[in-house]
Amino acid sequence: MKQFAALLRKDNQPVRYLVVDDSVFARKNLIKMIEMFGGELAGEAGDGLTAIAEYNRIKPDIVLMDITMPQMEGIEAVERIVRQHAEARIVMVSSVGYQENILAALQKGAKHFVQKPVKPEVLYEILRYVLSDDPNATGAPVALAGESRS
Amino acid sequence: MRMELIQPFINAADAVFAESLQGPTKIVDVEMDENAYRPKGVAALMLIKGDIEGRVILDLSREVAVKVASVLAGSEVEASEQVVRETVCELANMVIGNSVTLLNDQGFHFKVFPPEVHMNESGLAGSADTEALVICIETSCGDIFLNIAMRYLHRRRSERTAVPALD
Repeated sequence: MKQFAALLRKDNQPVRYLVVDDSVFARKNLIKMIEMFGGELAGEAGDGLTAIAEYNRIKPDIVLMDITMPQMEGIEAVERIVRQHAEARIVMVSSVGYQENILAALQKGAKHFVQKPVKPEVLYEILRYVLSDDPNATGAPVALAGESRS
Repeated sequence: MRMELIQPFINAADAVFAESLQGPTKIVDVEMDENAYRPKGVAALMLIKGDIEGRVILDLSREVAVKVASVLAGSEVEASEQVVRETVCELANMVIGNSVTLLNDQGFHFKVFPPEVHMNESGLAGSADTEALVICIETSCGDIFLNIAMRYLHRRRSERTAVPALD
């Protein structure tokens, strides 16, 4: 398995993630990658409405957000979260990766987009980029711990 | 049957299976079918409506679904109806999402409906009298079948534009 240097906050604590996807498997897969990157799972949600409530409750460093979900889709959830928390860092994770979808998500305040099936190395680079302007993240432009992890 | 409409689905399925199941894939069988589709295991039916119209059925046995679930979850998964349903839906969503992305980038616009899971062996409603391409893809978890029927709606669109506007 490929090793990744841990992505850490400025205070050397693990980056805290909220994982939002209606598929249990997609969530498990993302959680596995988060652990590979030295992160910590702060919360999970299976739809946009729950994601908003969870965001307000746990204030994660990063949200990984699916687009197509029941009750409330990811793009609407992004809009509502960013309206309340302009500092929110949300990365969209979806199998539907055409331009209109990506643009809509970015216009609502998402920071980046990754297409499913997610490759760990692609997600890692995107998280490095998104964390690079995080005042809580260590180092510039990227938050990295000294040692590689398995 | 227009291969330029079918090919994105085959390419997407091949890429999604290889990446998500972490192993090689191979198309081992291709055939045309005009009969109502009878699932070989658990099938997810997805409908597409817009510039092009049709349906995709993704079909795999319960045993293969459980193996796929374990790979997707990264650890051994206990077999259950919910696991099987979740697995088939997740694979179907990834295949359709990637296919739609390829077709959308070619300028086609359409709506994709969420997958309907069918777990019995009776013929799927709406799949009769439609010429479909059935593809068997060998993956590291076992065989996965795709049944694809797709057509342009150009004539219908031109008909719409030919209708004079009413005052």
